[in-house]
Amino acid sequence: MSETMPIPLLITLDDYTPVLGEPEVAELRTLAARLQMRTVQMVNSTAMGGGVAEMLNRLIPILQELGLAIRWEVITGGNDFYEITKAFHNALHGGPYTMPPESFDTFLAYNEQNLLRLQMEAEFIVIHDPQPVALIRTRRDRSGHWIWRCHIDLSRPNPAVWGFLEPWVNRYDGAIFSSAEFARHLPVPQYLFYPSIDPLSEKNRELEPELVRSTLERFGIDPQRTILTQISRFDRLKDPLGVVRAFQIVKRYFDCQLVLAGGGASDDPEGEAVLSEVREAVGNDPDVHLLNLPPWSATEINALQRGSTIIIQKSLREGFGLTVTEGLWKGKPVVASAVGGIPLQIIHKHTGLLAHSVEGTAYQIRFLLSNPAIAERLGEQGRAYVREHFLITSSAKRYLTLFLHLSGGR
Amino acid sequence: MKKAEQPFHFMTVSYLTRIANEMATTLAQLKQGLETCSDTSIFYHTFQTLSHHHFLTQGFSNDFAQWVLAGCNRPELAEHLASLDIRDYLSLAELRADLQRLVSDYCEQYPHEAEQSAFEPFFFYEAIGVEVPLQMEAWTLQEFRDGLEKLSHAAFHFHFIASRLRLHLRTNDFSYWLESALDLGKLARQVNRIDIYTNTLGSALDRIISLVEKELHS
Repeated sequence: MSETMPIPLLITLDDYTPVLGEPEVAELRTLAARLQMRTVQMVNSTAMGGGVAEMLNRLIPILQELGLAIRWEVITGGNDFYEITKAFHNALHGGPYTMPPESFDTFLAYNEQNLLRLQMEAEFIVIHDPQPVALIRTRRDRSGHWIWRCHIDLSRPNPAVWGFLEPWVNRYDGAIFSSAEFARHLPVPQYLFYPSIDPLSEKNRELEPELVRSTLERFGIDPQRTILTQISRFDRLKDPLGVVRAFQIVKRYFDCQLVLAGGGASDDPEGEAVLSEVREAVGNDPDVHLLNLPPWSATEINALQRGSTIIIQKSLREGFGLTVTEGLWKGKPVVASAVGGIPLQIIHKHTGLLAHSVEGTAYQIRFLLSNPAIAERLGEQGRAYVREHFLITSSAKRYLTLFLHLSGGR
Repeated sequence: MKKAEQPFHFMTVSYLTRIANEMATTLAQLKQGLETCSDTSIFYHTFQTLSHHHFLTQGFSNDFAQWVLAGCNRPELAEHLASLDIRDYLSLAELRADLQRLVSDYCEQYPHEAEQSAFEPFFFYEAIGVEVPLQMEAWTLQEFRDGLEKLSHAAFHFHFIASRLRLHLRTNDFSYWLESALDLGKLARQVNRIDIYTNTLGSALDRIISLVEKELHS
């Protein structure tokens, strides 16, 4: 059943000082001073794979080093549980819900089973996403501070599934969303916590220019010429065909190459179909590089982003859009669609450029290629914006502040 | 070196952002929201946003102006809203009144535009601050200078920008202490004149350190 995850302690807080500066790291320690040995439990449904586990893998060691007595619990369940929660996930994004009515009972039974093993007695309990939401039934006498952290977009949920989950959510002391657009009107306080990236992770750490150059060459990309890149799964919602069309417009004016890199075409039939459509649209253009990368390609993605002239994210729908965050962090000018969480990151003409169509995307790219000084300024400001708001240390600070707020500053 | 009778206590503040369950999709709804939103919401979208976007030293002053420009494409109103300088306000009520007046006048003058849907909604947020002492104090100008160097952006914003609302004076914590505790009126005025709209928080802090060092070496 449930398991408590070992907490990795490889990177220390001091390692963030060159990125953030001494005062910002010292401030984390100051905030944490009142929370020494206060107990925290974070609960989610997977230890590996997926953005939440990736974030907890970095966040929890930081909070532990800051002196909080923090535990990470992962709930477990049978295949039927995960089929239901996968169906929940799709339905909460607005899709239909076709599971039988008794699936709700199965969901609750697995939450109950997990409670037989979990001791939910920390002062601050953060439950991530819908899978463990019903663990709050163990709460007695308003003990502890229970917070529900929702990482998904609830703006258009399937009414049946949300109608089942909402009463559980309303029993919490508060809910955290990644964007106001993703939130619901709830009777409990709702907080805004942006998702974040780790600047020291393999996907985001600084790379030697030689490694960047050799990676580009390994993929047949010419480092001396302009490179436009979109990193995304081969998924229609990421609009790779739109990217190709925008590139074809830009190419009439500028000598450039296009890199479309991402996974999802090997283990996903739809991904394979999308990749085929993109291949057909590209034809035999040698300046377009379609890279179907395996999941362990963090360094390659880092190098591709760092070697690019402009990063594109022409999604039709998007969650928060952490690939945009990654591009901004690398100081690159980013041209992206104004969807999902992207406008939270790209303040048009300040930290990047927003577009609403293929033609608009092409125009913004042409504008940046014609105005490299503006592109450089956008890149610098985008990086500064990420440093202040979208790094894992900002997430740690938000949790410290939340815990202090919930405990009345004591 | 003169020792102050009262030390300068360095503090910091960390803000939570609360989603306020209120939004605007037209200028008319913005006008309504400005009437009903909390003071912490006015603070968030004016004082705190300056900290959020402090590294943008051109063309960004507050969230309302930014949304009216980018979301509603009304540059004239956006310019008026952007021209409000938070240093002129000693209370959020005064600032709210001016924001309301500008939006209200525009809606009256252009009733058709007031009802047009924006490209994107404006979400009202609230700032919840948790103040924490930094266990650092200054009795002399040298100690003050050493303390400045250790300030985070949040701590600097707390003392230099948000302080007006606390002091109810047209000054900031640093200038107030320099003048009242060390009798350094000229330095206090120089510090208070630093333009927070054309500096980043970092560059404004560097300027203050530079002014203090100049005073130390004079």
